[in-house]
Amino acid sequence: MKRLLFIFLLILSGSSNALDYRQLSDPKQQESYETLTSELRCLVCQNQTIGDSNAELAADLRRQVYEMLEQGKSKEEIVQFMTDRYGDFVLYKPPFKGKTSVLWIAPVVFLLMGLIAVFVFIRRKKAAAILHPDAGTLQKDVEKQKKIRSLLEKGNRS
Amino acid sequence: MAVFLALGLNLNPGEIPSPFINKPAPNFSAPKLQAPEQKLTPAELKGKVWLFNVWASWCVSCRAEHPVLNQLAQQQAVVIVGLNYKDDPNDAQKWLDTLGNPYNVSIMDQDGRIGIDYGVYGVPETFVIDKKGLIRYKHTGPVTAEDVQQIFLPLIAKLQTEP
Repeated sequence: MKRLLFIFLLILSGSSNALDYRQLSDPKQQESYETLTSELRCLVCQNQTIGDSNAELAADLRRQVYEMLEQGKSKEEIVQFMTDRYGDFVLYKPPFKGKTSVLWIAPVVFLLMGLIAVFVFIRRKKAAAILHPDAGTLQKDVEKQKKIRSLLEKGNRS
Repeated sequence: MAVFLALGLNLNPGEIPSPFINKPAPNFSAPKLQAPEQKLTPAELKGKVWLFNVWASWCVSCRAEHPVLNQLAQQQAVVIVGLNYKDDPNDAQKWLDTLGNPYNVSIMDQDGRIGIDYGVYGVPETFVIDKKGLIRYKHTGPVTAEDVQQIFLPLIAKLQTEP
């Protein structure tokens, strides 16, 4: 029972965004608030969003998002406001543009390079196996295999 | 692959490129630390080259930077404006009294709004602003004596010759 309670409390503690609870009267705005705070990076903690972080700057940025939504600003306007000040780095999802294209394209290029390498490697191995069936095996191994074979045959006979 | 790894390892993730270079310094109207009834706006600094240095008495690396700023102030090469960021005015005043005051004027940003407008994410930060009010350089982290010699003084000298 104690263990169950502990697990329950652990689960509860995992729900973030409860650092400073803010409620907007319009549910749509509330939704925007939650998306924005989970998409904007906390600049001082780097691998946390402003919604997850306890840092003072993150709290100030949450306040900024809240106030702008209350003023009726759109999500796009708020994201623009943040990137004007902190650059693309403030966005967890970087936009696709010249400067960031490498970020988006590189993984695909690397995957293709990997697939081609594997393909070429397999083809070469196969070709080599057909041309020289015994290539790569040492004389010692050949003898060992012969011994194994003869032992197996002996076993079969008895 | 090795090239990318080498590039990645040599980049400093703490350095976030500033989108402000060659853009106008964001506007503010903020109370002066030593005379809160008076306010300062960037418009009053038009025609002057100025440094905008973000500092706070709670900021540890500002303490390392402080003597460098004091020395720079003695040369009177540039106007130094302080942004006292999210600080208690009494603590800030005490700091200036004990460590010296390199600032021509410091303004208060107790709730960090001016900081957000300037994209401040780590204190100390230092902006160099030209006579037209454009931000020409941003330095994140403490300014060292070397930075002053190699970056700040040459840049200030160049900006002083611009109209």
